[in-house]
Parts: sequence; structure tokens; C-alpha cells
Amino acid sequence: MGNSIWQNMQQKGYSRRDFLQFCATAATVAGFGKSGVAQVVSAFEKKEKPAVVWMHFQECTCCSESFIRASHPIVADALLDVLSLNYTETLMAPSGFQAEKSLSDTLKNNKGKYIVLVEGAVPTKDDGVYCMIGGKTAESILQTVAADAAAIVAWGSCASNGCVQAAKPNPTGATPIYKLVDKPVINVPGCPPIADVMMAVVTHLLVVGQVPALDSQGRPKEFYGRRVHDTCYRRANYDAGLFVESWDDDGARKGYCLYKMGCKGPVTYNACSVVKWNEGTSYPIQSGHNCIGCSEAGFWDNGPFYQHLASFPGFGVESTADTVGTVVGVATLAGVAAHVVATNVRKRKVIAEVHAEDQKES
Amino acid sequence: MSTPGIGVKDVFTANGSAPVEYRRIYVWELPVRAYHWINAIALVALCVTGYLIGAPIRLFNAPEAYEQYWFGWVRFIHFAAAYVYVFNFLARLYWGFVGNKYARWSAFFPLKKSQRQEIVDVIKADVLETKMHGPISTGHNALAGLIYFGTFLAFVFQTITGFALYSSMSSSWLPRMFTWIVPLMGGEFAVRFWHHLFLWFFVTFIIVHIYLAFYHDYIEGRGTVSSIIGGWKFDRENRGK
Repeated sequence: MGNSIWQNMQQKGYSRRDFLQFCATAATVAGFGKSGVAQVVSAFEKKEKPAVVWMHFQECTCCSESFIRASHPIVADALLDVLSLNYTETLMAPSGFQAEKSLSDTLKNNKGKYIVLVEGAVPTKDDGVYCMIGGKTAESILQTVAADAAAIVAWGSCASNGCVQAAKPNPTGATPIYKLVDKPVINVPGCPPIADVMMAVVTHLLVVGQVPALDSQGRPKEFYGRRVHDTCYRRANYDAGLFVESWDDDGARKGYCLYKMGCKGPVTYNACSVVKWNEGTSYPIQSGHNCIGCSEAGFWDNGPFYQHLASFPGFGVESTADTVGTVVGVATLAGVAAHVVATNVRKRKVIAEVHAEDQKES
Repeated sequence: MSTPGIGVKDVFTANGSAPVEYRRIYVWELPVRAYHWINAIALVALCVTGYLIGAPIRLFNAPEAYEQYWFGWVRFIHFAAAYVYVFNFLARLYWGFVGNKYARWSAFFPLKKSQRQEIVDVIKADVLETKMHGPISTGHNALAGLIYFGTFLAFVFQTITGFALYSSMSSSWLPRMFTWIVPLMGGEFAVRFWHHLFLWFFVTFIIVHIYLAFYHDYIEGRGTVSSIIGGWKFDRENRGK
């Protein structure tokens, strides 16, 4: 500790050129642009590595897995060396009491300066017994580390909106982080979030020392401001009405729009179609599969992955609003038809009655 | 009848029997009729295009994307019709304050006992085909008024959810006013689901509405259907309300 990122990298044998390349990448993904490179270089040269604690609660570690696959090779080191990652259950060397000591030392020595990265939701049901580390509940650990944190980042959908743990019926009472702490939380949803987006959020915190601009759901605007659909390279096929009808048809081979296969791109806010995954190689739609909307709140409960309308409860798994609507519409038509028949059966009597009345009145 | 009718007496002869006198009453003013037909056209367009947006039909012969734009047009018609329908609806809301007594808000709520009585009576007449007890209201009958108010609520719901869905593709101030709906309803997926479900309310309403207009034209015998074209209905002379 106490070293800047540049000093750290020199010790690791990286050249000045490597360092500047890294800074340029970091500036780009964090959205600072060309003019911001100098700012990034300066920050990484001079600023002390911030202490970081990475908490793991109810999660599958896919966020960590994603993070270490960020585009630039040095980014993996950013996690392990560039940041002063003092506590993370998955990757840290110490265990048991030493691990716990590392956490409490970090909190004590860096009061008000450390960054908390949270992966996973926190169970609140039954006094939080469903997730305990070192004899303490996830919730009490979260409150302890959040108390003096400079910034809190919620990695992934679990921490941002509960993800699969919070899916109905949510047996453990899994709760996203922002509902439990009274500090602003940067939500970086996705299952997992894009590595470069995670890197950009951390870079932003390091360079500017401030929380990036967030939308109403606490997500960084620069990455969650646009729908996957609007930046999708298959969008032209949507407007042309060219849809994949089944997974092995000609349209699928031609790269038509996956809307009818249940693509959630039109209802999902993320940067997948711009930033892409695995060093910009591809993203789900480019690989021929529909977007499942993994960064949207409650996506597990938003119906089957291969339908873009939710199933309608009580009408079987495959029934959508259209099934119900058709049934209601046909029933109405049947009712009208029955009424027409009944009216015509009675019509002689009705007409006779009216005539009788007319005669009486005049 | 306290209605300011026009002093023309039409003579009606039923199968050669003695004449019964009818009076013409101007019920639906031009703005009301204009609202009705603009709304009808816009709603049908919205229902058809809305259904297609939810379940696009297969309409291609393996061309390239640049060669056609039909789904874009379907969506364009949906959005354009939505604007027409919303402003038309707003005009009708205004007319509820300044129009004649048949168009006013009082016709939509069963506040009077006689209106509540009429609701029961009309339900019996429509469902069980019984005879009406008294003369039916000249404008909307009390049940129709209440149901139309229900459709107004559905209009409001569709407007809000529709603009909320549209807000992410528009920078115009009107849809932008509804961005907050999306997180409130639990994301765009949920908003889309509800917006789509309400499509079927309109489909059902249109079926029932058209049929009952025909049916009441028949049982009331005073030009119910033609009234929404010309504005006139007919009331018998010498009868109370």
C-alpha cells in the first residue's frame, strides 16, 4: 500500500508505453475521451492505490469471472495489483481469522477512503441466516463495511436488483444492496455485467474520485442509457420486418432480427451491442441467441426467455395475453351471436307489442 | 321532455295504424360526432398495428433489410395514430365541460337514483331481453355512460403506458413526461405486457359496443345508429322523460 498505480506497474516490469496504453484504454472505456487521457495518467501516476474490499454474498462469482476478462491485459492486474484489493473471499490468500483481520484492518486504516464492491444479494428473511460468513450475517457485514465507505458499487444483477435469488418466491428474502444502505450505490447490473463496464466504473472512481452520472435506477448513464435494441446491428431487420421464425431457419442463418424468438433487446438497457464481450468479440445476439434481458430488474420473473410477452397466470405455461384475449374475444362474439338468435326468435312478439302500444297512444 | 327540441313534428305511421308523433332532438353535437369517428378510426388502427407489433406476421420472401420497411411503417402508424387519439381524447374531455347536457360529465356517472335504476333496467333489457320499465334516456343511457367512463380510464391507462414505452425512443417532451412510469411498473417488460393486455379490452369493447348500438337501435326504434352520423334522435311526444 501507499504506492501509486504507476509505481506498482514499474515494479511489475511494465514499460512506460504499456502504462500509457493502459491509461488510454481506461480513459476510453470510462468515457473521458482523448482530452481525459492526461487526467487518467496523472491520477494513476500520483494517486495512492485506493483500498478496496470486494464482498461476496448470495452470488455465483460470475461478476468476478467477468471482471478478470476485461479487454486490456493489464486490466486483470488492475483487480489484483493496481487496486489494493484487501479483502475478497474468492481470490485472497489468507483464510479464516487472518482474512477477517485483513478486512477489519482495512476498514480501520482507510476510514472514509476505501471502496466497497459488493457482489451478490443479501438475504433478510429469518434474521439473515441464509448467508453467513465468519459467524456474521451478510447484512451485518454489509452494514459494517458500508458505514465508512467512500463509494459503494453493486456488481451484477444480484447486488443491483436481486437477480435469481430474489426471483419469486424469493425464499431467503434476497434484497439488493441499495435497499439496505442509506448511501448512494452505483448499480452495475447484468448477469454478469460487462467486464469493460466494470473496469470503467472503477476507473471513473479512481480518476475523478466521484460517482459517475447515474440514471433513476442508480446505473451509470453512459453504459445503461440505451437499449440493446437501439444499438443492435440487426436493428435494420426489425424495421424491415425480417424475423427469425425458428432457430434453424434461413432467417437465423441470415442474421435476421430475433424479436419473435423472444429477444428482450427492446426492453433491456445495457451496452452489450456497443462494448461487446471478450475483448469486443461478440455478444449474445451476434452469436445468434436472443437477449434475455439479464440486466433488467426481475428478469427471472419476466416470463420465459423465448417469449417477449409474459405468460399469463392460470392459463398454462405457454399462454400469453394474446391467448387470453383471443378466448375473451371469441367468447364475446359467441355471446353476441346467441343474443342475435334470441332477439330474432322473439322479434314477432316485440314488434306486435310496439304496434299495440302505438295504437293505444294515438 | 325538457329537451330543447326543434319544432318539427315528424309523422310516423306504423303499418297503417294511427299516427304517433315524434320529435327530433339534436343529441350529438358535431364535436361529439367528430370525436367518435376520429376515435373509432384511430382505435382500429391502433389495435391492428398494436397486435402486429406484438406478434408480427411472416411477410417476406427472403430479401435484404434495405429492400423493405414494413414493420417500421406499422410502428409509425401506431405512434402517429396514438398522437391523434390522445389529442382527440383530450378535446372530448374538454367538451365534457362545455358541451350540451348529453355530452357532459353528469351523463357518465350514476349519481341520481333514477340513473341507477336505469342501469339495472338496461342490464335486464340487454341480457335477459326484458322490456324496459320506463322510457330510456335520450342521450347515453346510464349504463352506457358508466361503461364509457370505464373506457376513458382504459384510454388513460393506454396513453400512460404507451407514452412510457415510447419515451425511450423519443426526445419529444410529451413522451418524456412518462419516463418515470417504467421503473414504477417494474421495467419495460411489465409495461409492455400491460399495454398489450389492454389491447384485448378494446377489441372486446368494440364488439360489444357495435352490437349493442344495433340492438338498441332495434329495441328503442328511434335512430340510435344514425344519431352518431347526423346527430338527431327521436323522442315520442306526450311522454314523460
